[in-house]
Amino acid sequence: MLGVDGVSYAYGARKVLSGVSFAVRPGQFHTLLGLNGAGKTTLISLITGLFHTRTGHMAVMGHDIARTPIMALTRLGIVFQARTLDPDLTVLRNLAYHGALRGLPPKVVRARALDILERFALASRRDDPVRTLSGGQQRRVEIARALIHEPSVLVLDEPTAGLDPAARTDIVALVRALVAERGLGVLWTTHLFDEIVPSDAVTVLHQGRVLFDGIAQELAQAGSLGEGFRRLTERVAP
Amino acid sequence: MSDRVSGGTSAWVHCFLGILTREMLRFVMQRGRFLSALVRPLVWLFVFAAGFRTVMGMSIIPPYATYVLYEVYVTPGLSAMILLFGGMQSSLAMVYDREMGSMRVLLTSPFPRWYLLIAKLVAGVIVAVAQVYVFLAIAWFWEVKAPAFGYLTALPALILSGVMLGAIGLLLSSMIKQLENFASVMNFVIFPMFFTSSALYPIWKIEESSPLLAFICRFNPFTHAVELIRFALYNEVAWTSLAVVAGASLVALAWSVSAYNPARSAATFRALARNYTNGH
Repeated sequence: MLGVDGVSYAYGARKVLSGVSFAVRPGQFHTLLGLNGAGKTTLISLITGLFHTRTGHMAVMGHDIARTPIMALTRLGIVFQARTLDPDLTVLRNLAYHGALRGLPPKVVRARALDILERFALASRRDDPVRTLSGGQQRRVEIARALIHEPSVLVLDEPTAGLDPAARTDIVALVRALVAERGLGVLWTTHLFDEIVPSDAVTVLHQGRVLFDGIAQELAQAGSLGEGFRRLTERVAP
Repeated sequence: MSDRVSGGTSAWVHCFLGILTREMLRFVMQRGRFLSALVRPLVWLFVFAAGFRTVMGMSIIPPYATYVLYEVYVTPGLSAMILLFGGMQSSLAMVYDREMGSMRVLLTSPFPRWYLLIAKLVAGVIVAVAQVYVFLAIAWFWEVKAPAFGYLTALPALILSGVMLGAIGLLLSSMIKQLENFASVMNFVIFPMFFTSSALYPIWKIEESSPLLAFICRFNPFTHAVELIRFALYNEVAWTSLAVVAGASLVALAWSVSAYNPARSAATFRALARNYTNGH
């Protein structure tokens, strides 16, 4: 449902992605694992159409991101690493703005927003300005926002960055529940091993290259996921 | 395969209304911005113009049929000043949004980028034009009165001038790499644009002291925005100004839309890239 095939990218002379390929399937929690500077955020910028590349192809539900960006973006929900909510607007207003940007009628957006906020235990905060919410709550609002247009694939760029352990666990559990309940395909970028479970699909991105693309338990083999990751990345010269 | 937003025309309208609502909410909620937008031209009108009328002799120039008070002369220029500040304020908001990340939310909407940018621009213009009418209403009580119908005929002139100044602001926002650079750009854009125009003094008056300055004023698109509004307030069309403002709007708009397309503009693209990938 989200296919990335042979994607390369460079900032001027500095190559940051080189022949990256992997696929996220429906109902799958797919982790893009890599250290800071691995190229994860650049890849997300390409998948979400913020940047363009002529090398390689990306498609959401069969819609090529370069050739049919509207069809592709319509099926994509995005949670960026940076906080992108308007802090002065209320939770509901933020969701309404996002729904409008997707071309949805206000009534539909409101009904869906109330439904999702209820599900995310945020119904009582719906009329509060976003800046009064905790970091974890703001993240939940961002995930709620990404679901307003009922996407097939959800892309989250290090969504737990800057959260305390309890909020982190909460966000991971929430997204895993969405995968199980709605059959969403999720692409989750991270550098934290404890966010990954053995059955997850994992793509290891290191210095812009895919070093591993398979199931987490295969990467861990006998040891821990961290050890597997280190074994893999140590073989690559910096 | 066709690449269309589902939901037909109404989806485009919902998108625009969403952007407009956000612009209006932001304006109303930022009380400081709201007040300064209103107080700035009023200070010029009540203080500067009141003092200046004694030293400034006005001859009869079109579109005025008779001698006018300096306050009357300066009002179209101050209206254009509101639009100028409005445009630059939107530009500042764009840079701020880009640094804060909320620009990403806008640019990852499935609507085409040109539509999103124009929608944001038009929303900013609507907010600024509403400010101009509040200013004109207060000026009316200050005995600065245009013909009643002029307030209606001024509307298209205000919108077009607002679009031009907003588009220039949009273009600037694509060129400004960091928020910190904004103040200097404002100094190099707003003040020269305002002072080398016919907003405060008629060009013939400027020509008396400096033919070169008068020459610059004639080429300043802001002069033409002011004259377009001035004539429209008196139910007349300043055709040359209309052509200049429309032309400048188109050029600035096309340029800024192209600058915001990372596939085409290397400079903007690098700025965006740095902001997006900062620290990764």
